[in-house]
Amino acid sequence: MSDNGFEPRILAFCCNWCSYAGADLAGVSRMQMPPNLRVIRVMCSGRVSPEWVIKALSSGMDGVMVLGCHIGDCHYIDGNHRTKKRFVLLAKLLGAMGINPDRLLLDWVSASEGAKFQNVVTKFVERVKELGPSSIGVA
Amino acid sequence: MSEARVGVFVCHCGTNIGGVVDVPAVVEYAKTLPNVAHAENNLYTCSEGGLSSIREKIDEYKLNRVVVAACTPRTHEPLFKNTCEDAGLNRYLFEFVNIREHCSWIHMKAKEDATDKAKQLVAMGVSKVQWLEPQEEYEGDVYKASAVIGGGVAGMTSALSLANQGYEVHLIEREKELGGLLTGVNKLFPTNVDADKMINPIVDKVKTNKNIKLHMPAELKDVKGFIGDFDIIISENGADNEVKVGTIIVATGAQELKPEGLHGYGKMENVVTQLDLEGRLKADKKWIDDLRGITIINCVGCRIPERTYCSRFCCITAIKNAWILKEANPKTRVIVLHRDLMAYGVEFEEYYRKAMEAGVLFLRYNLENPPEIIGDKKPESIKIYDELTDSHLKLPCDMVVLTTPLVSARDNEAVSKMLKVPLGDGMFFLEAHLKLRPVEFATDGIYIAGSARWPVDISESISQGYAAAAKAAIPMSSGKIKVEAITSFVNMDECVACGTCALACPFIAINVVETDGKKHAQVNEAMCKGCGTCAATCPNGAIQQKGCTDQQILSMIDTLAGGL
Repeated sequence: MSDNGFEPRILAFCCNWCSYAGADLAGVSRMQMPPNLRVIRVMCSGRVSPEWVIKALSSGMDGVMVLGCHIGDCHYIDGNHRTKKRFVLLAKLLGAMGINPDRLLLDWVSASEGAKFQNVVTKFVERVKELGPSSIGVA
Repeated sequence: MSEARVGVFVCHCGTNIGGVVDVPAVVEYAKTLPNVAHAENNLYTCSEGGLSSIREKIDEYKLNRVVVAACTPRTHEPLFKNTCEDAGLNRYLFEFVNIREHCSWIHMKAKEDATDKAKQLVAMGVSKVQWLEPQEEYEGDVYKASAVIGGGVAGMTSALSLANQGYEVHLIEREKELGGLLTGVNKLFPTNVDADKMINPIVDKVKTNKNIKLHMPAELKDVKGFIGDFDIIISENGADNEVKVGTIIVATGAQELKPEGLHGYGKMENVVTQLDLEGRLKADKKWIDDLRGITIINCVGCRIPERTYCSRFCCITAIKNAWILKEANPKTRVIVLHRDLMAYGVEFEEYYRKAMEAGVLFLRYNLENPPEIIGDKKPESIKIYDELTDSHLKLPCDMVVLTTPLVSARDNEAVSKMLKVPLGDGMFFLEAHLKLRPVEFATDGIYIAGSARWPVDISESISQGYAAAAKAAIPMSSGKIKVEAITSFVNMDECVACGTCALACPFIAINVVETDGKKHAQVNEAMCKGCGTCAATCPNGAIQQKGCTDQQILSMIDTLAGGL
């Protein structure tokens, strides 16, 4: 555990069909995890607009996670492929804006992967703890 | 729009939430949020008491927005939306906040943090709900007609099932006769009855059914439209026929792999596939009398790195034909060389045992030691490594039968592009869900049956044919389809008709059209499945998703960023 006393504020976008259901399963299974995360449900990870991520990271959030269905499992055929492609560009854009791209995470969690959800969240919270507070946009 | 009057209902869920989250504190906090006209806690918001309280408070406080903070929307959202509707509030003016699965259950030892989190989640929900707008669900008519592509046993079963329910069916068959692969088969396992005796009555029924319009030989040329209203062009006798249907069943089947170059196939006489053998067995069987030995080699061209799958029914086909050959000439040595023998289910193990009792030899080989056929123009003998006895054998052999898998039909790619449905491994069609939706595509109104999806035997083809027909009958019997109002919509003033959204749409639901001289994107609501991918790609924010607009999500982010 990183013990710098910093509790990061993390936002996650979860898709309705896989990762949100995976998060539900983690809950049903009473898998404990750090309370730093707030989840916004979207129908598909493909809906996550780069603007949202930038807005969150530039207005005080210390990290953003986008969790979708595994590649090949997308409820909308290939929405998550588009998310994946978009992320390459988005990470570069964040870098250019002076935001460490490590504050952004894209991963896949299926509806049956409650334990993976717990693991991904816990590790990401740790990662952002080590990065320290985001200096962007905090007046 | 009149000013928002938000009602917030926070659920204890017994002790599930209330045991961790300080629910009364969340309620008091909610009361301080902008435009919250009423906030209360319920022991169980989903109980009749909770639901009637929502209905009463909508009336009493003139609420025009409702937020429930409780469990997961994946199970309870329809219930609360219906409750809003019962009280005269549009069901799309409701927002669900999950403080159980995503809060109390995962922070059981951090009560204060969990309470703070619940407050913030409620605040985010209250922000979003103010931007929600009432929505009408798209409702469309469904043509009571279906197109079935493929006249094999699966397609014919679907066609007959729908026709007998009174629906018009267009059955499209590429070849000159119905029956698909079965027309080349001699006898059927496990009963060993003639395939013709089974298939001919079905063909007759199809041909004489007044509700079935047979297009044969014919090919699918183009498909436009969506569930309830497909326009299909069928190329037939050099002409294009256009038909209108409400649903489509894909039953294009598969084909036998011709193992050119393997084990002398195509070069040696008397090296044949199972389907070649079936054809020879349909004629008289005298030729078998002259054979000293016959070797059947299973798993030729499958369960190998290039083609990893098991074709499922070929083991039983090999058992069947080995037995038939042995019975026709008990003096000939019939060997089935297999890598693993799958005699699944209640019938086939017994079938396998009977073939052994009849004198068929079953030997196991492996990929490292494949059998070797000795002979010039035709097999004379065969070298076999038997794995179980670890011995090398050389036996007289006049005929080799190669058991090859079914591979995808040659026009799957074209059909998949026309229907906008996906192909999976091996170019077989990919169903919506392997377990839960096995005979449907993710695209509404299109269904699948038979070996187009995966190699299946006749009884499975028939079951799937019935299943696909039953699924297709659902929208046709009601005659109406409703689409949940989470579809995308275009702001005409902002749209510059760049077409980026149309390219991004996985369902081809968006077209660039011209209205009054202005080009713009247009969403077909019946085809839109509500993923919102288009909205994330629009450089202008001109295309948005109902219930998930940029404004709605950004308001949540703002609230979250603002802190408690």
